[in-house]
Amino acid sequence: MAIEINGKSFETDEEGYLTNLSDWEPGVAEAMAKEDDLELTDEHWEIINFLREYYEEYQIAPAVRVLTKAVGKKLGKEKGNSKYLYALFPYGPGKQACRFAGLPKPTGCI
Amino acid sequence: MSTLHTVNKSPFEKSSMDSCLAYAKAGSSVLMYEDGIYGAIKGTGCTQKIAAKDGVNFYVLGPDLKARGVSEDKVADGIEIVDYAKFVSLAAENDKVQAWV
Amino acid sequence: MSEDIKKFMYLNRRAPYGTIYAWESLEVVLIGAAFDQDVSLAFLDDGVYQLVKGQDTAGVDMKNFSPTYQALGDYDVTKLYVEKESLEERGLSLEDLMPLTYEDEDDDWAEKDSIRVVSRAEMADIMEDQDVMFSF
Repeated sequence: MAIEINGKSFETDEEGYLTNLSDWEPGVAEAMAKEDDLELTDEHWEIINFLREYYEEYQIAPAVRVLTKAVGKKLGKEKGNSKYLYALFPYGPGKQACRFAGLPKPTGCI
Repeated sequence: MSTLHTVNKSPFEKSSMDSCLAYAKAGSSVLMYEDGIYGAIKGTGCTQKIAAKDGVNFYVLGPDLKARGVSEDKVADGIEIVDYAKFVSLAAENDKVQAWV
Repeated sequence: MSEDIKKFMYLNRRAPYGTIYAWESLEVVLIGAAFDQDVSLAFLDDGVYQLVKGQDTAGVDMKNFSPTYQALGDYDVTKLYVEKESLEERGLSLEDLMPLTYEDEDDDWAEKDSIRVVSRAEMADIMEDQDVMFSF
């Protein structure tokens, strides 16, 4: 599978996650969001960027409860809760946001 | 006949290094790489055996040391740290390569 | 502690890059952490090499997964037992290992060390005390 952006092809796995993390660019997230009928706002980008930083530091995509806790610590309690995160990413802040961020499927999401 | 012996298993898990040391003759070379590099850390039973082995040249692959977090100052005296290019030339300089896997 | 919580121990006895065991173990630990059990990790024999600091795999074209051990605290995995004898036999000491910490929820989020160096005899007692052992 692959997604096409301005004639450039990005390879994805059968669940739609980017095959090569290093291929990622913001346009990938935009294209994936469009397919999910989602308009990316600054609030979405805050979480997507947070995930990319988390991966850079720990080399894993965090499980959703770990993400929630970590967001709370970094961005404040009003953002570090499932209600806020699910409102932004209705298909699951772990799975959907990680996919937009170009990360693999979260480790520890069952 | 000169031989390059290669060892890529940890001396603490497998007997590859012990066997290699038992068979390596004077004039031959021993190169430790992958998990074999753990045999080069000073102050262990393995480096004692290496020090007791006269006439054999010992080498360890630098990139595998780095990957495993083993700094160069941890490598026992008398063991030369080499890169991939030197690995290739050692293989070419010797008459044959014997791998202890 | 409720009765359905079991003591799970993951036994790590392999060096990190020569085989896939170390990374597989770490992934299973992170996945298993979702089950809210009493989890601990044991590092003995060549397993102690997994925690050596300063790993840099750029030269061997492999993923450096040592930073992932730092995430264990986020997953509430806070007990990493490292056997003293295994370190010493390999010319290593606690100073050669990555500092790993967690924040203790029950102690005002104080930062505490996850790594506990224990003797072989102590390790045997800790193992004896477990309900389930996973070996890697």
